[in-house]
Amino acid sequence: MNGAMEFLLWTKGPMFQIALGIFAVGMLARLFEILLLGRATNHAEARAGEWLPGLRTVFTRTIPDPGTFRRAPFDVLVGWIWHLGFIIVLLLSVPHVELVAGVFGVSWPTLPNPVIDLLTAITLAGLVAALLHRLLHPVKRRISIPQDYLVWALTFAVVLTGYLAYHRLVDPYPLALGMHILSAELLLICLPFTKLTHIFTTVFARWYNGAAFGRKGVRS
Amino acid sequence: MAATQTLAEQLRAQGVSRRGFLKFCAATASLMALPPSLIPRIAEALEAARRPSVIWLSFQECTGCTESLTRSHAPTLEGLIFEAISLDYHHTLQAASGEAAEAARLQAMRDNAGAYLVVVDGSIPGPEANPGYSTVAGHSNHAILMETVEHAAAVIAVGTCAAFGGLPRAAPNPTGARAVMELVDDKPIVNISGCPPIPMAITGVLAHYLTFGRLPELDAYRRPLAFFGESIHDRCYRRPFYDQGLFAESFDDEGARQGWCLYRLGCKGPTTYNACATQRWNGATSWPIEAGHPCLGCSEPAFWDAGGFYQAVSVPPRVNAEALLGAGAAGAALGAGTALAARRFTRHEQQQREPVTVEALEKRL
Ligand code: HEM
Ligand code: HEM
Ligand code: SF4
Ligand code: SF4
Repeated sequence: MNGAMEFLLWTKGPMFQIALGIFAVGMLARLFEILLLGRATNHAEARAGEWLPGLRTVFTRTIPDPGTFRRAPFDVLVGWIWHLGFIIVLLLSVPHVELVAGVFGVSWPTLPNPVIDLLTAITLAGLVAALLHRLLHPVKRRISIPQDYLVWALTFAVVLTGYLAYHRLVDPYPLALGMHILSAELLLICLPFTKLTHIFTTVFARWYNGAAFGRKGVRS
Repeated sequence: MAATQTLAEQLRAQGVSRRGFLKFCAATASLMALPPSLIPRIAEALEAARRPSVIWLSFQECTGCTESLTRSHAPTLEGLIFEAISLDYHHTLQAASGEAAEAARLQAMRDNAGAYLVVVDGSIPGPEANPGYSTVAGHSNHAILMETVEHAAAVIAVGTCAAFGGLPRAAPNPTGARAVMELVDDKPIVNISGCPPIPMAITGVLAHYLTFGRLPELDAYRRPLAFFGESIHDRCYRRPFYDQGLFAESFDDEGARQGWCLYRLGCKGPTTYNACATQRWNGATSWPIEAGHPCLGCSEPAFWDAGGFYQAVSVPPRVNAEALLGAGAAGAALGAGTALAARRFTRHEQQQREPVTVEALEKRL
């Protein structure tokens, strides 16, 4: 039998294991590699500490400085909006919290479905706007590589299929939910090997930046 | 004798009024999503219908499906319609036994070749399984099924075991249990799944067959759309709570007392197609979700292996935590290995490095 239900059970069963496995191997390999490699030794004499400026930069870079905002208000605003929507929906919706509770046994409060649904709609709109901007802005368009579009599509697919499933816009429903889970798995599989790695590496990158500047006694 | 009586005569003999009969026809029409204009046609066709010969085969089953049908608040009209078919073989219900029972089956097959219906409940150990796992009168279930369906007009798989394999097929499926539709591929098949199936769905399909001489419209799993066209979730009276995000989180919390949605308690209503929410059970007294229990998804394929009954639809059936930890450790080792190799290479290169002074360079150039 090869119907919608079998497809859903395949995405919830074997495919889920495979995706988690590839993600675990890939992500830990990359993180260990990056962290153990460290930075090139700096032979210059340190003028100040590294840790504090590093940590400070992790936070300060998260909030764009006025210059960046003035130069690229669209990227900052839209980027912030859909990133926040995405992360809140992922972490605070009932099915996802149940998933974590079912697999890892830890659980936390959730947001009501209508709130999650509104955030989903905002996230979808934000992602579409980000893509349009990338396509219409002459500079962004020139510096974009195919992978940028792949990463966008992977991200968009998960949110879109989640929305379709919640509103039961695909019939039969197991097909809709299976597509949602499969797209989340594709995102997970590609995460360690594409620019999506930034989900985990942005924080280190910012620390390295701040630390390097701090060592030189420069504010970043 | 009985086989020559029309359904109308049969019903009259059992004291069913014409009014009651028409009510049944109207109910059938609305259930099967047929326009009301067809009610007279249904009544006419049913009244004139000869009792079709039905051979009921029970294989790896628990008799729950037969119970569901025969205990369905007799004497309902559905029950009478069911009695009005010529049930020529049903080894749980028939009086004959042993050789006589088998002879009755073979007789019915001969007399009604090409016209009889085969109803199956229970799963069947497939052709590759040990035939001894389930036998009737010394014959394997598989042999009896293949022999009986050969000259059948259609096959009705009643219950999730016959439709999809059901409980006997749950991992690791020790008896090699299979569904009817996996073994029979040259006959019209209807699946009336459910554990047990809703009695009205069985009689509705029979009434449709008697009226139109063909099977009703089916979904991708060959289930009659009239009963399986909508999900439990789409017709659930608790749905407004789901839409507002109001959930019971245990069986005795405030949410449970308020009758909120059972999603977090493991309700499989969102993925389950069946008519419980509209037909309800026990003469429309109540149904599982109304009684405060999540839907188990009993009318769906592989429902027994589809995840914990008390875990939400989003939770995968099982995650192999050790394999995952192993994968993580392997990844960490791989990453560490590459990094250390790179560092060793750098150190090696540094050791090979020959510092040059300006004087040395001048001398060389
Ligand atoms: C599951 C989480 C995340 C996903 C799926 C994701 C995905 C993406 C995608 C698709 C883009 C490109 C947007 C475009 O094409 O315009 C992007 C950009 C970016 N992401 Fe993420 N990201 C995630 C988490 C994070 C986190 C945690 C951070 C920071 C700590 C971050 C920082 C950034 C930045 C700075 C950019 C570039 C500016 C922008 O387009 O907003 N992201 N991300
Ligand atoms: C990156 C990962 C994921 C993202 C961003 C994501 C996002 C979403 C979104 C946007 C919705 C719809 C919310 C709404 O419109 O109200 C949703 C619903 C849902 N998601 Fe995910 N999801 C992810 C991973 C998963 C995974 C791995 C599973 C299960 C194994 C899952 C199971 C569900 C379920 C069951 C629903 C509810 C659908 C319904 O209510 O009918 N999600 N998700
Ligand atoms: S109780 Fe089950 S079927 Fe009813 S709304 Fe909640 S999840 Fe859907
Ligand atoms: S409520 Fe769900 S589990 Fe219960 S009988 Fe109906 S379909 Fe089966």
